[in-house]
Amino acid sequence: MLAKRIIPCLDIKDGRTVKGVNFVGLRDAGDPVELGKLYSQQGADELVFLDITATVDKRKTLSDLVKKIAKNINIPFTVGGGIRSVEDANVLLQSGADKISVNSAAVRDPQLINGLAENFGSQFVVVAIDAKLFEGEWKVHLNGGRIPTELNLLDWAKECESRGAGEILFTSMNNDGTKKGFENEMLAKLSNQLSIPIIASGGAGSMEHFYDVFTEGKADAGLAASIFHFKEIEILDLKRYLNKKGIPVRV
Amino acid sequence: MKVAIIDYNAGNVQSVKFALERLGLNGILTNNSEEILSADKVIFPGVGEANSTMKHLRKLGLEKVIPNLKQPVLGVCLGMQLMCSHSEENDTDCLNIIPQKVIRFRPNSQEIKVPHVGWNKILVKNDSWISENISEEYVYFVHSYFVEVGDFTIATTDYVQPFSAALQKDNFYATQFHPEKSGSVGEQILKNFLNIKQIKTT
Repeated sequence: MLAKRIIPCLDIKDGRTVKGVNFVGLRDAGDPVELGKLYSQQGADELVFLDITATVDKRKTLSDLVKKIAKNINIPFTVGGGIRSVEDANVLLQSGADKISVNSAAVRDPQLINGLAENFGSQFVVVAIDAKLFEGEWKVHLNGGRIPTELNLLDWAKECESRGAGEILFTSMNNDGTKKGFENEMLAKLSNQLSIPIIASGGAGSMEHFYDVFTEGKADAGLAASIFHFKEIEILDLKRYLNKKGIPVRV
Repeated sequence: MKVAIIDYNAGNVQSVKFALERLGLNGILTNNSEEILSADKVIFPGVGEANSTMKHLRKLGLEKVIPNLKQPVLGVCLGMQLMCSHSEENDTDCLNIIPQKVIRFRPNSQEIKVPHVGWNKILVKNDSWISENISEEYVYFVHSYFVEVGDFTIATTDYVQPFSAALQKDNFYATQFHPEKSGSVGEQILKNFLNIKQIKTT
């Protein structure tokens, strides 16, 4: 049976992990490669590296980092942040990325999804969508949630699928940072209406939340950042817990 | 040991090279037939779409080279599918090394997603090339098409229906999953391939 995936997400700035990371025993907790390696040893199924660098040198720094990650880590990883063209993506592919994720750039230029899928295959293309429930409707937001659009989440997700996205990474802005659980209702809707895998993000605070997102939310994967970084939940414990509750996971 | 990794515009070949480096081997990325012919082992990776990838192979003249290789050859993912006779993906005639067909997953329920992405279990035939220190393990898959279970299947996985997770015919070995991305289990499987003794063919 296909296992449900647990995916830690690492924010990267200028080649370093940002947002507090609280790890004892790591020589350098700011080194994304070391942290990624540790997570993979603890049983993470995939890793997501999100580059939030805003400087001009960004691309070179990122491709160097991707190369280092690919050399050292033996599980799949996705790289996102500022990919605007097929050429941007190609550099990352050549550096060893397994998947890339696009977000705002895909909304601004939906044809980008087609271009990426045609050039590299759908398996390479994750479309990340940040959305917020406002007055009864889920609206897609851009630039890390700062800019609202009129785009409806479900419509946009379906369009991404038809343009060749291989997976959807949905972050509920209403849940993000609350630690009150994932947005299971919307996730289940996405999962039922799309035929590609859905990665759930935003709201993880306990092990039970992961159980809920895989049952009620019908997600294929659960992504979280701070609860792993601050060791509130250890990946191995989480997987043992899910396994005991009958959720297929790789342990 | 000289390991050639066939580089033919088919996705993430770097990660195969890096995986070999982690095992202490320096693989050579190449589409040069002499280089491929002189290698002790050949890895034929690939992700992407079957039809355009076959076209790339033909353009490079590799469609004649690969089926005639005598050393152990490992096809990975699309590489494995292209070793078969025919793929349903855009009605593509493949290399016809292993007489099996590649077809698309057709789930009978909305709950089951295509592509098949993530970690799934393989059931390995005893005494096959893959089975040293490997029995029932999770490995990483990402694909929408699969090879049916047949005479050359040496490991199966269940998704929608049982399918071939690994194959072998003579000196041609193949995995549908990505050993280079399957953690320590994947490393063991790569080692098992690299440890295969040269097969004498007449």
